[in-house]
Amino acid sequence: MTEPLIERSSALRQLRRLGKAMTTPLLPDDYLALVNPLWSQRELRGRVEKVVPETENAATLVIRPGWGWTFDHAPGQYIGIGVEIDGRFHWRSYSLSSVPLVEGKTVSITVKAMPEGFLSDHLVNGLEPGTIVRLAAPQGDFTVPDPPPEKMLFLVGGSGITPVMSILRTLDRRDSIPDAVLVYSARNEDDMMFVHELRVLALRYASFTFYERFTDADGILTPDQLDDVCPDWADRTTWACGPAGMLDAFTQHYETYGLAERIHVERFTLAAAGGSAAGGEVTFGVGGPTVDVDGATTLLEAGEKAGVNMLFGCRMGICHTCDVPLASGRVRDLRSGDEHGEPGEYIQTCISVAAGDCTLSL
Amino acid sequence: MAFSDVREYTHLTDDEIEAIGAELDEIRREIEASRGQDDRDYVTRVITLQRRLAAAGRITLFASFFPPAWLLGTLMLGSAKILENMEIGHNTMHGQWDWMNDPEIHSSNWEWDTTQPAEQWKHSHNYIHHQFTNVLGHDNDVGYGILRMSRDQKWTPYNLGQPIYNFMLAAFFEYGVALHDLDIESIRKGEKDPKLLKKQLKQIGDKIGKQALKDYVMFPALTGPFFLQTLTANFTANIMRNVWSYMIIFCGHFPDGAVHFTEEELEDETRAEWYLRQMLGSANFEGGKLLHLMSGQLGYQIEHHLFPDLPSNRYAAISVKVKDICQRYDIPYTTGPLYKQYGQTLRTIMKLSLPNRRTSDNPAPVTPREKRRLRDDERPTRRSELGKWSGAASV
Repeated sequence: MTEPLIERSSALRQLRRLGKAMTTPLLPDDYLALVNPLWSQRELRGRVEKVVPETENAATLVIRPGWGWTFDHAPGQYIGIGVEIDGRFHWRSYSLSSVPLVEGKTVSITVKAMPEGFLSDHLVNGLEPGTIVRLAAPQGDFTVPDPPPEKMLFLVGGSGITPVMSILRTLDRRDSIPDAVLVYSARNEDDMMFVHELRVLALRYASFTFYERFTDADGILTPDQLDDVCPDWADRTTWACGPAGMLDAFTQHYETYGLAERIHVERFTLAAAGGSAAGGEVTFGVGGPTVDVDGATTLLEAGEKAGVNMLFGCRMGICHTCDVPLASGRVRDLRSGDEHGEPGEYIQTCISVAAGDCTLSL
Repeated sequence: MAFSDVREYTHLTDDEIEAIGAELDEIRREIEASRGQDDRDYVTRVITLQRRLAAAGRITLFASFFPPAWLLGTLMLGSAKILENMEIGHNTMHGQWDWMNDPEIHSSNWEWDTTQPAEQWKHSHNYIHHQFTNVLGHDNDVGYGILRMSRDQKWTPYNLGQPIYNFMLAAFFEYGVALHDLDIESIRKGEKDPKLLKKQLKQIGDKIGKQALKDYVMFPALTGPFFLQTLTANFTANIMRNVWSYMIIFCGHFPDGAVHFTEEELEDETRAEWYLRQMLGSANFEGGKLLHLMSGQLGYQIEHHLFPDLPSNRYAAISVKVKDICQRYDIPYTTGPLYKQYGQTLRTIMKLSLPNRRTSDNPAPVTPREKRRLRDDERPTRRSELGKWSGAASV
């Protein structure tokens, strides 16, 4: 990743050091942000420029990021977005649907309002252009290598189209979509985001096949139907993004055929792989409450239950908003099963459980 | 006099004490449930005001050769420092704004514009002082280890100098606070881990260095030929902040009416009794909105000690309810105008520079000592963790 301008130029770096010495314990950013809220690197932030409706309940947010943002994300990566609602910041992660570095100095994410998803609903229906939001840098390995493999398959359900859209748009910009098949399921045509853009792509590129599946009429695509829509699926490198049930089914299908390494999956829910840990007594900060926590409850949940105000973001281990230093004891990462126990080491409370007694520095 | 049992002092029954505790818990729940946009708007407004004031003060001081500009710049900078330390820094580090889930205004990473490192402050103040409020031998805030503030503290000839120590403490309060968490008592007894001490001293040294570089080198140098004028302006602004915060803080627990406790009180203390000790050991002062803003709402010291982590802009409303509880249960609620509260504090400092027999008992008689003083190993354990920082020290 290229460093932000301020890190690359040694003159700017010196200037910033001087500025820091003058504004300690704050940063120059804290004063500059009074002039323009985007002139701060303390937390990545952006201004919502446009909210473009995509379907009845989905919209693309075009965001102009502030200082410190690098526009060189890999297509397929996601960002964190933090929105203030009634005084509190709430965080979610969304795949970028924009192409790196082309659409002016903006990035875009496409959000589908979920029933009971109060934040996604707010993003689609309640966000005014001009709103300042917080951002977390692009992450994720749901990306296509450069050059791309010769034969690709994209298995997409619902709003899982967004990272694939970013990938396809990037390939389109280079005027070369290799042999690629997109199998895209949505409830019906009105609910299918980017459907027109995709149809145009399919017309322009003979090498790109777009299979539309409307589940209201045809039912959910099951792995055994894969042979019908894409007979040579086993020869293709596959990227799958969509509801958890769909991903589980296809992952298992690929495993059965011994092709587990050919499928890349993007999940937007916490997948606990490491099992549980012993649990123990957890102390939340010096003089803070001590509670008994079992080995399946995350430290973030346990802290919140004990009435401790803890910072949180995505709640699935990607944004690092919830990181706190471990004072003593050991914790286990729920995703990998790895244990961490270095004093002073920063741990992600949203995906860590107690492996014995431990103390967090809050 | 110092009390060993809040119950004896207040003549309340166990049930009454528990009922008071329940009412206070209810107040907390109400506030916690209603925190929202207005509260966030309040704190972000104060922060914006403070930063503008600081910037305006620094800019004005580029004309520090011109006496009215010197005066105006100094006043603006001093006020900005006061606002930052009192209403913003102190309250943020208490976690009053943590509920906003905003990493830019959060107790875990806030650093304030004074020489005490935030990390150490959170231990010595949030934990030691707020947990062991006014318990002699436990709460270092009783006289800051320099002044004798209770007739129960032993008099030595050293105390004759109290008027001078008090003056020095007021003028250089930020340095007194900076050394606060070293726990001079444990150093004297040789119990302090030398490694930890070294680390703490280094942290304090670094912070003092940064503060001094900014106020006494960089900004004076930027104003070129007026180096000296800017330097004196910045120095005066710091003193102004020191004296003000010293006065506000000393009005919190030392006016007549606020009582001290002996360590016996800590034994088997319930949450409701802890509430009572906070109410009896703290004192408010009266004033307008501006005075409360400039003192970080510590004119509502009683409310702050009951609910140290609730947003400070709510203390005024909470105080109405707390006063009502005090009236109904006939519990003292100490308050008065600022000049009177500080006057009483100053009188106590002067008076206690002399041995007890030289001064009248009024207003506080000594506790009749029926029990012997506990030995150190009999005392309730006193915690000494320092967060991530002492964990790192032990590696």
